[in-house]
Amino acid sequence: MRREAPQRLRDYAPIVWPGAMLVVFFLIPFATMIAVSFFHRDPGAFYTPGFELANYQRFLTAFFGGILGFSLFLAVLVALVAVAIAFPFVWSLVRLPRRAQVGWLIAVLSVLSLSEVIIGFAWSTLFSRTAGLTNLLVLVGVMDHPVALTPGFGAVLAAMVYQALPYTVLVLYPALARLDPALTEAARTMGANPVQAFLTVVVPTCRNTIVATLVIVFVFALGSYLLPQILGRPRQWTLSVIITDQAIYQANMPFAAAMAVLLVVVTLAMVGLAARLGRREGAQ
Amino acid sequence: MSGLELRGVGKLFGSFRAVENVSLAVPDGRFVCLLGPSGCGKTTLLRMIAGLEAPSEGQILLAGEDLVGMPTHRRDLGMVFQSLALFPHLSVGENIAYPLRLRRRPRAEQRARVAELLELVRLPGLADRPVAKLSGGQRQRVAIARALALSPRLFLLDEPLSALDAKLREAMQIELRQLQQRLGITTIAVTHDQREAMTMADLVVVMGEGRIRQAAPPVEIYRRPADAFVANFIGTTNLIPLQDGQLLGRRWPGAVGEGVVSIRPEDVRLGPVAEGVVTGRVAFVRDLGATIETFVEVGGMTLTATASPRERQGLAVGDAVGVELPQEACVVLKA
Repeated sequence: MRREAPQRLRDYAPIVWPGAMLVVFFLIPFATMIAVSFFHRDPGAFYTPGFELANYQRFLTAFFGGILGFSLFLAVLVALVAVAIAFPFVWSLVRLPRRAQVGWLIAVLSVLSLSEVIIGFAWSTLFSRTAGLTNLLVLVGVMDHPVALTPGFGAVLAAMVYQALPYTVLVLYPALARLDPALTEAARTMGANPVQAFLTVVVPTCRNTIVATLVIVFVFALGSYLLPQILGRPRQWTLSVIITDQAIYQANMPFAAAMAVLLVVVTLAMVGLAARLGRREGAQ
Repeated sequence: MSGLELRGVGKLFGSFRAVENVSLAVPDGRFVCLLGPSGCGKTTLLRMIAGLEAPSEGQILLAGEDLVGMPTHRRDLGMVFQSLALFPHLSVGENIAYPLRLRRRPRAEQRARVAELLELVRLPGLADRPVAKLSGGQRQRVAIARALALSPRLFLLDEPLSALDAKLREAMQIELRQLQQRLGITTIAVTHDQREAMTMADLVVVMGEGRIRQAAPPVEIYRRPADAFVANFIGTTNLIPLQDGQLLGRRWPGAVGEGVVSIRPEDVRLGPVAEGVVTGRVAFVRDLGATIETFVEVGGMTLTATASPRERQGLAVGDAVGVELPQEACVVLKA
């Protein structure tokens, strides 16, 4: 079917509603945030309108630069680990009978019904010395005495991967379910063992899906601000934690807005880079 | 013995018998077509030979060695899939070199072999083309070249030509057969197209409901079908009941007096009404130019007779004709 280009003003009617939603719920808040990021902070009266770059200047210190670097590093790591776990899992899942697939999907997606707070405190219990997982290892005889795994980097990473996993599965599932099973069978008839077939055929064929999934999980992980506080030391606090801290506890809205704007800019740059990489490698 | 041998191979899916007690010997270098309607178990049988399905019972021997339990990647075979299964992320050359790359052959050898194979399937110089930029016939040839890259012991084809249009399919059938004869490779193809099987195969294996109905050279399958299922599936035929030594009310001179007689339309002779000849009435004439099909009502049933334009009889609907069924062209099938 060939679509006609819109001729009259009335032909644009279908985009009015989504357009209005975007303006009200995205464009106006975002513009407000950008404006506030240039305002002057008044410790007595929250902020006063103005135009100054002090908020951005304050960010350009080693301290905040380090936090931004750590936030990006953590988000990238969460994305890589989540995809590395989810991809083989989904690949085995799509070969199961339909009923088993539904069962597994419900189990995985039920994690979505848990709030970040519950996930955080559940893991802090599981990683604790008195009631945690290490007690099981002691029981089995692998360890001598139980240890506390939280607070620490590993605990933050584990909980964030756990939280990101259902989204990762959700994005990967349709792409892998559509993959022609004859592709791996063909590889096997030509002498590839199952692992070789997976690595040389399935993974490269799904390169674009993998890149897209990495980007989604990366952006998702970047916004996490509760788990690093519950399970990490201040050293593991991400930029999102600092923004929350500045906005709510320090009442420094302009500085929080400036950091949020910078985070958006850096995120967009990284997403653009990933998209470009995915496209170039896919074109080969 | 050398070649491929199946002994009592069967496959159960739950309680459904997809393949039942199949025994078959394929000598080295022969082309075998597994032919049958969809759901007759032919593809399942091929997948068991490839190791993509495990047989529930029986043995699959290649050069005397039992393949059952051996994983697919050690069986040394080449297979062309119905969907072709070309790797979309690789170029034509990389697709064909894939099995060579898995075995870490030197680059120069890979390149030389790819060029040689592209020559073989008449696609020279296309090695760097992305697979997505190929036509249907070209993709077909690339899939064949890729399957032959390692000169496997066994060449398997699962409905390999079904994606092509009719003209191209006919041409590829001849090409595939010539290629197979030149290489002398033991080949097993699955098809539901009897014309395709007759064109390519040394041995046609007609399957129905999971069992082998008849395994014989193409002409014998056509001339001497084993039962009504085979006679009906291969070409068109007239099936006439034979009762108490009587065929269409005449005495049947053959040894067997009960059953069904199969006679091909081109063997049915129409002539003038005469003494001692069965008389019928023309019900319809289909003149296709190259052949003329005449439908004759006789004894409560309709027989089909085909004739070439040279022997055009000039019959019209309603004419009375004499129907002759030469005994040497009749095959008595089990009732």
